[in-house]
Amino acid sequence: MRFLKRCYLALVMLFLYLPIGVLILYSFNASKSRSVWSGFSLRWYRDLFSNELILTSLYNTLVVALCASVIAAILGTAAAMGIYSIRNRWFKSMIMNVTYMPILNPEIVMGVSLLLLFVSVNQIGAGITAATGIPMPELNLGYLTLVIAHVTFCTPYVILNVLPKLRQMDKFVYEAALDLGCSPVMAFFKVIIPEIMPGMATGFLMALTYSVDDFIISYFVSSATSQTLPVTIGAMVRKRISPEINALSAIIFVVVLVVLVAVNLSALRKERLLQKKLGGGV
Amino acid sequence: MMKKLSLFLAVLVLLPLLAVPAWAQELDYSEMDLDYYTRYRGQGRSINVYNWGEYISDGSDDSLNVNKAFEELTGIKVVYSTFDTNESLYAKLKTGGSSYDVIIPSDYMIARMIEEGMLLPLDLGNIPNFATHINPRYKDQSYDPGNRYSVPYTWGTVGLIYNAAMVDENDAIDSWGYLWDPIYADNMLMFSNSKDAFGVAFKLLGYPINAESREQLDRATELLKEQKPLLQAYVMDEIFDKMTGGEAALAPYYAGDAVTMMEDNPDLRFVVPKEGSNIFTDAMCVPKEAKNKELAEMYINFMLEPEVGLANIEYIGYSTPNDRVYELLDDETKNDPVRYPDQELLDSCEYFVNLPPDLAAYMDEKWTELLSADERYSRMLMPLVMLGCVIATIALNTARAVRKARLGTGKEPIL
Amino acid sequence: MKFRYASIPYLIWSAVFVLVPLGLVAVFAFTTQTGTFTIDNIARVSSYTPVFMRSVWLAILATAICLCIGYPLAYLMSRMSGVSQRTMVMLIMLPMWINFLLRTYAWMTLLENNGVINTVLRALGFGTVRMINTQGAVVLGMVYNYLPFMILPLYSIMTKIDDRVIEAAQDLGANPLTVFSRVIFPLSVPGISTGVTMVFVPAISTFIISRMLGGGSNMLIGDLIDAQFLGNAYNPNLGAAISMVLMVFILLVMSIFNQFDDSEEREGMLI
Repeated sequence: MRFLKRCYLALVMLFLYLPIGVLILYSFNASKSRSVWSGFSLRWYRDLFSNELILTSLYNTLVVALCASVIAAILGTAAAMGIYSIRNRWFKSMIMNVTYMPILNPEIVMGVSLLLLFVSVNQIGAGITAATGIPMPELNLGYLTLVIAHVTFCTPYVILNVLPKLRQMDKFVYEAALDLGCSPVMAFFKVIIPEIMPGMATGFLMALTYSVDDFIISYFVSSATSQTLPVTIGAMVRKRISPEINALSAIIFVVVLVVLVAVNLSALRKERLLQKKLGGGV
Repeated sequence: MMKKLSLFLAVLVLLPLLAVPAWAQELDYSEMDLDYYTRYRGQGRSINVYNWGEYISDGSDDSLNVNKAFEELTGIKVVYSTFDTNESLYAKLKTGGSSYDVIIPSDYMIARMIEEGMLLPLDLGNIPNFATHINPRYKDQSYDPGNRYSVPYTWGTVGLIYNAAMVDENDAIDSWGYLWDPIYADNMLMFSNSKDAFGVAFKLLGYPINAESREQLDRATELLKEQKPLLQAYVMDEIFDKMTGGEAALAPYYAGDAVTMMEDNPDLRFVVPKEGSNIFTDAMCVPKEAKNKELAEMYINFMLEPEVGLANIEYIGYSTPNDRVYELLDDETKNDPVRYPDQELLDSCEYFVNLPPDLAAYMDEKWTELLSADERYSRMLMPLVMLGCVIATIALNTARAVRKARLGTGKEPIL
Repeated sequence: MKFRYASIPYLIWSAVFVLVPLGLVAVFAFTTQTGTFTIDNIARVSSYTPVFMRSVWLAILATAICLCIGYPLAYLMSRMSGVSQRTMVMLIMLPMWINFLLRTYAWMTLLENNGVINTVLRALGFGTVRMINTQGAVVLGMVYNYLPFMILPLYSIMTKIDDRVIEAAQDLGANPLTVFSRVIFPLSVPGISTGVTMVFVPAISTFIISRMLGGGSNMLIGDLIDAQFLGNAYNPNLGAAISMVLMVFILLVMSIFNQFDDSEEREGMLI
């Protein structure tokens, strides 16, 4: 039975890691080909740092993801506070439905609908300009549309992470702070923020992750000047992935692996320490 | 998840340390009109170029990085991105929201864009190389009389690429019909765009390459449906990897790309089938939304410079309409029947033209039908499934409401 | 607490960037390219029944396989020691840090006729097996990409199943099958419901995976929508109509699934 379990785990892990192994292996391939192995080389790791397309895309990805997740964290936390305070059951349930919308709606529909919105705004703007002669600002696809789209699908994750923390919080602490002479603003920062901080942090990091990895929605709302890394990869997939991308992914993979292992080990050490202390105490 | 952040920081820190210049070849500017090219220097301007994939010399394999050279010469930044079919280029422009300055569609698409007012007229005075460099044969063609909107970039033919090691040596591959030969089932690739795929079918049927009626399109669709089960895949630029990797034996594609593939895999051959084929010109245009028309024209002019043109042609393998570039080619290339076929073969090839809107729309429809239909389903099945779902939802909700009411939990159902 | 108004910016944001765009999809679906009202687009959607049925079928298949692989794994994980649990969660999430397009691309390298797997098979004396450009490959791609979305919700629900409940059932004489069907399975239903939703929705609307692994001949709804907007058959009105039908279908399916999930915690999960 134990053996069977081991086998099963090993098979699933093989399934999950086989393609990644191939990807990393081929980042060391001397030739461009994806199918032919022609010797070990580090040239793609060197070329990666002079491939402007990839570096620009990486930069775009980071800028968009940081902007979007900061905005989403603020917007989402405020929204969660509001939702928490709303008493009307029907209204609350309606807001929650709207919140689940971007999570449950197929991404392609989200992408398409936002594309239609941006394009329509442009057309209406052009129409107004034509009719009145007042120049209207253009909403071209680019950073702005990307950030808007990413905030839209990231905010719900922040809300869903902050809401439970608000529910767990003892609300009398806030009132006590007010009674003890805190201004509402101060009480908010001194009492509520520390309570919901873990939820905000998780929400922010989830938003960051989803934003960095998003392809489908970005594909519809980005333009040539603002391609994020997944969109660039998406364009490459249609002909041939340049091996520099494999090199970049290998670097990302190894760094993530190292950090995860480090975090896990330190958590483990803390746990052991805690156990020891508890053991000593009793 | 904190990890991702620190990883990016690590990458950012590493960037400047490892940056090494990668383009190996330097461009000789001495022959160029430097006053013309340096007009916009120091203004921090940029242009958006939208081109086919694998359609410019990009600095890999020790070639010239054309965009980089342009940036160094003019101080204008080139934002470069790619599309994979004329139709997706059209869709991207039609959808709007992005502004490209230079695009490189094919002949029939240029005609369509001109007709729909999607292009800006060019100021040929601003593109001096056009008058002196371009061969008169490629000027003033039917898709753009007088070259008001376009400047030719390359031309070429469509033919069959086959892997000599994978086809029967007794077969002289010389007909589109081999793409319907069951012997090569699962070993063939096909164009993943309507125009080229229908072109192949029309030629095999003995029709002109441009559809004249819905009946012809219907007949061609039938033919393509017969072919579908024999095919391994519908591809565009994925073909590079698949053919050079020996994944497929037979596929139709563009002559220039065949040249590139043959360099990577010596078993590959290219032939223009005896039924005739398509000949095309890809030309540089400026779309209506362009923000930097003068800069775009400068870029177009730069692409016509002999050395730049040579680098591009050598890298992408297509044929050049540029006399100065042709002069620079070695004799082997000039006499290459794939790139510069004789007149007789060229005469057997036809250009695509812009179809009347109703036929073009019908072709799109038939193309989607071809890709979507395998199994026979009743058209009513989908509405029925949807209806079933609606009924199931209502039934389940009612059942739940009734159950809750009986239990008397006091919690109303959420619907 | 008086933070009632704090949600107003979010409400405005949602209205403008969630509800209005969805309304626009409906507007486009019911108009022609020149802007007059029509129901032709919606009517034409039914001519794509094969695409629709294929997408539904492949998505069901992928979801079922994910459930079959993920359920035992999630259960095994939930019974492990704390350290092993953390390691397993890490191992399952780690692949998701590499973009799904790249992982799918790596599958192309594995599955091709001259790819890694076939090379190994040939070396072992088996013939070449045709794997790439089949519907099976598309399902494989979906299973591979969405498996973590099935395992993680299942796992998080199963960690809440108390070992003592299982032991109690065993002490009372239940055989393993009964323990599973009367104790473990009923307690894991919310996880199944979430996992199935998380896999089914992206699987049915996926695009590009079918193009990469299916050879472009097995068009799915996602590819069809893409083709109408940025692909080979420009017709945003038809694309909007297909999107709308897809969305309505998914909402219906999910509302059915949510009937099986009676957890009181979630407020107003869609419909």
